[in-house]
Amino acid sequence: MATQVVMPKLSPTMEEGQLSRWLKKEGDKVSMGEPLAEIDTDKATMEMQALSNGVLRKILIREGESAPLGQAIAIIGTADEDISALLTSVSGSAKAVPVAASKTEEPAPQATTSHTSVPTGGKPSAFSQDGVRQLISPIAARMAADAGINLRSIQGSGPGGRVVKRDVEAALGAKGAPAKGAPRLRPIAAAPHSPAAVYGPSSFHDEPLSEMRRTIARRLVTSLGPVPHFFLTSEIDMERAADLRASINELYPDTKLSINDIITKVVAAALIQHPQVNASFQDKTVRYYDHADLAIAVATENGLITPIVRSAELKGVLEIAAEVRELATRARSRKLKPEEYTGASFSISNLGMFGIDEFTAVINPPEGAILAIGAMTPKPVAHEGQIAIRQRMRVTMSCDHRVVDGAVGAQFLQTLKQILENPVYLFLSQ
Amino acid sequence: MAVMTMRDALNLALREELARDPDVFLMGEEVAEYQGAYKVTRGLLEEFGPKRVIDTPITELGFAGLGVGAAMAGLRPIVEFMTFNFSILATDQIINSAAKMLYMSAGQFKIPIVFRGPGGSAYQVSSQHSQALESWYAYFPGLKVVMPSTPADAKGLLKSAIRDDDPVVFIEQERMYGMKGEVPEDKDFTIPLGVADVKREGTDATIVARSLMVPAALKAAEELAKVGVSCEVIDPRTIRPLDIGTIIESVKKTNRVVVAEESHPFCGVGAEISAEINERAFDYLDAPVKRVSGADVPMPYAKNLERLAIPGFEQIVAAVKEVSYI
Amino acid sequence: MLLIRRFEEKSAESYSLGKIGGFCHLYIGQEAVAVGSISAVRRDDYVITSYREHGHALAKGIPADAVMAELFGKAGGCSSGKGGSMHLFDKSVGFLGGHAIVGGQIPLATGVAFASKYKETDQVTLCYFGEAAVNQGAFHESLNLAQLWKLPCIYICENNRYGMGTSLERAMSSHNVAEKASAYDLASEFVDGMDVMAMRRATQRAVERARNESLPTLLEARTYRYMGHSMSDPGNYRTRAEIEKYQERDPIKLFTARLKEDKILTDSDLSDMESEIKEQIEQALRFAEDSPEPDPKELYTNVYANS
Repeated sequence: MATQVVMPKLSPTMEEGQLSRWLKKEGDKVSMGEPLAEIDTDKATMEMQALSNGVLRKILIREGESAPLGQAIAIIGTADEDISALLTSVSGSAKAVPVAASKTEEPAPQATTSHTSVPTGGKPSAFSQDGVRQLISPIAARMAADAGINLRSIQGSGPGGRVVKRDVEAALGAKGAPAKGAPRLRPIAAAPHSPAAVYGPSSFHDEPLSEMRRTIARRLVTSLGPVPHFFLTSEIDMERAADLRASINELYPDTKLSINDIITKVVAAALIQHPQVNASFQDKTVRYYDHADLAIAVATENGLITPIVRSAELKGVLEIAAEVRELATRARSRKLKPEEYTGASFSISNLGMFGIDEFTAVINPPEGAILAIGAMTPKPVAHEGQIAIRQRMRVTMSCDHRVVDGAVGAQFLQTLKQILENPVYLFLSQ
Repeated sequence: MAVMTMRDALNLALREELARDPDVFLMGEEVAEYQGAYKVTRGLLEEFGPKRVIDTPITELGFAGLGVGAAMAGLRPIVEFMTFNFSILATDQIINSAAKMLYMSAGQFKIPIVFRGPGGSAYQVSSQHSQALESWYAYFPGLKVVMPSTPADAKGLLKSAIRDDDPVVFIEQERMYGMKGEVPEDKDFTIPLGVADVKREGTDATIVARSLMVPAALKAAEELAKVGVSCEVIDPRTIRPLDIGTIIESVKKTNRVVVAEESHPFCGVGAEISAEINERAFDYLDAPVKRVSGADVPMPYAKNLERLAIPGFEQIVAAVKEVSYI
Repeated sequence: MLLIRRFEEKSAESYSLGKIGGFCHLYIGQEAVAVGSISAVRRDDYVITSYREHGHALAKGIPADAVMAELFGKAGGCSSGKGGSMHLFDKSVGFLGGHAIVGGQIPLATGVAFASKYKETDQVTLCYFGEAAVNQGAFHESLNLAQLWKLPCIYICENNRYGMGTSLERAMSSHNVAEKASAYDLASEFVDGMDVMAMRRATQRAVERARNESLPTLLEARTYRYMGHSMSDPGNYRTRAEIEKYQERDPIKLFTARLKEDKILTDSDLSDMESEIKEQIEQALRFAEDSPEPDPKELYTNVYANS
């Protein structure tokens, strides 16, 4: 009796699988327990085993195609029995979703991605790196033109990725045009925000993974474990930041601003400047957040917890300080609500107060990165051609290579360093 | 102001215009002694006599042509088609004579005639009795096409149509004859032809609806208001000449349009409105113009199928949501 | 009749020279019907006819200049160039067109008669159509209404034996047109359409009936057209011999002979008449040539009454 081979559930959360590689071909003998195919699930690539003996009579989905759980993907039977009835009943329900398989080379971490997004489920990305048309409604095009906004920077929320009026309105509300000259810092807050917009979870947009990203993901997961980390270190001159802290504490003695509060503020600004780092990995898409929701690592006697300062780029440093303190207090007394410690866009961990010079932190999935901050210590350094003693701090950023490439992460750190070394940049934006 | 049904508002309009101008007369099947197949002409024979209110044989081509000839010779006939489905028999006279006479004669013979009656769907009267023909007639330069959706509009527009010197195709809706509304009692209350009415103001989406679809559009607007979408409902009232200006002003404000009609979509009035919006307000559109039209099939008899064939407020709500990307 | 004859001959010539476009339906051979019947009505009575209307238009009083200019599509035409050969109109002489759909004018005529009765004037309406139009539903609907409502309409069927290329025998189950009136209890008469006086007398009888009793009449006038259905018709459906046979009873020839016999007309009168008419036609031609084309703005005028 011929039997159908159906897409098996290979992970608790799997809903559909992509046929990565057939290990047998039509006509091959199979026995129970033998591996039949490799299947990409939402978590990893798994082997699928044959559940019956016989000959692989018919393969129903090709390598690269996906199928939902339970859908027939092959037929095993004796070598010569008639399987036409089974084939007919199977073809009526087949819904294999073909994905254009592209065999790209192993990519080295590059600064630019030059491939267009491959649609899954038929929705093209609004972003067109080359050739794919961006859809935009007439009124949205006009509004963007009038406001001088680059349409390529707007993600469309309409059908097929169409940029529509509300997308341009949102872009107009959140961001202004970048200032001319070096560090292109965005204005922190152009329009007044309602409390809900500022303190609720950040709005975001999802982008389907490009073909290259998918390949990177597939390969790196098998070499470095679930999240492919890489690490970037930078030493930052903190003289001016330290001065700034001192000045603020003079003006507002009750605040007791910490250097971490300043770092938090600057990280937020740098993230808005580098939206590709303010992101998380969502299996089939990368989620880019519109606001910097920063998780601040807090050590409690029960373990590490990460309360979140939402939309940190919109808040002043004093507000951040107060909020962090309040959150930390409640964290320690176990009074934080789940939405206050889940769903950040980026994390900061500071072990400087323990005298740690530098360390590598582990990324909180699904976030794309985490910044580990070491102690600020005076050190002798070359400064304007002379040896000087200056406050220095080493930061290490751990990045998820599926979300952030080396150059991207490095540019973010570069901006972070620039602002911390010259906080006056924060004042140059609108 | 008085509250009355659309039927009575039409009756009053006929009554007032028959009284006002001795050249106005009314003819059609069962309009006199039977009191009107839908009672729109009730009481008129008694008041005005058989010279002014005339029962015709079942002879649509004949009496339509007779009406046009009488108009050529200076009278102002009102020709009732029991339903506009029967007007199809008379189309040669409506189109080749009435619509063209003024033009062919270089202005010598005007045709101040009104062809009126119910059009569109009724209740389970099947395919030959349920046709919406307004886009057919609106196609011809020389004709005017009017479709009221409220009792007040019906009265004001019919009076204007009768006073108009051009042939007017005045399409009522049987399902709306019983609809009640406030109607001005002034004997000279008229509504000009070619002027649309904003039945409900709004800011987020424009719904253009006529005749039977106006109540559905208003109900849709109420439902949408509950989810924060403010709809502007525009009733063109006159299909030809179309007050496209009012529609365009609204589109400029809302950036999105749904046209609701019970007629078939192909070559319908909605298609014309959509084309005009495309030409005049392309740069203001956030979404393509969406039409909610009747099913593109002859009207079936079965109750459930008929209901499926005619759009309701639910389809209009869905369409507005679609063009609003909700 | 002579005017009409010469006019039509000139039209044929102008058409061949490309001065007249579209369709041109000539009345040659049928002159007695229009002239005889229209001579029996007043100027304020109405005439409405088909597309073969040049004869009726001239007989009712539209100046030859205005008719020729209309055929030429010029602004000086009686329909300002907007109608053409098939749609001549002149309200001032009671000429109501000029209708191109076969039988389309019959319900219209019935309505015009209705209006006269309604307004209580004693005007009558003459409605002309060919025998092929009798097969249209519009004919039957109109006769029914005219008799039912007692309307002063005189229906004149110009039976020229051919509906375009189809002879009467091939189109009608019953060939007797006048008899069809009995289906509607409507008075009717059969007339020799080549005899202008017979035509006049029959019409007079019908006019009296219409004016005094407000009742309609159907006259069947047997006549014949020498030319094809229109200028584009080669006329292959009948023989030269048949045409020549009918031409022996040419209405102008018949009437001229009669007038000469009764000593009302002499040869010299006739020749004077011919010269006058020739001059009239030449003038009409010149007028038509000199008349300007309609102003392009006229494309959009008179679509609606007040715009």
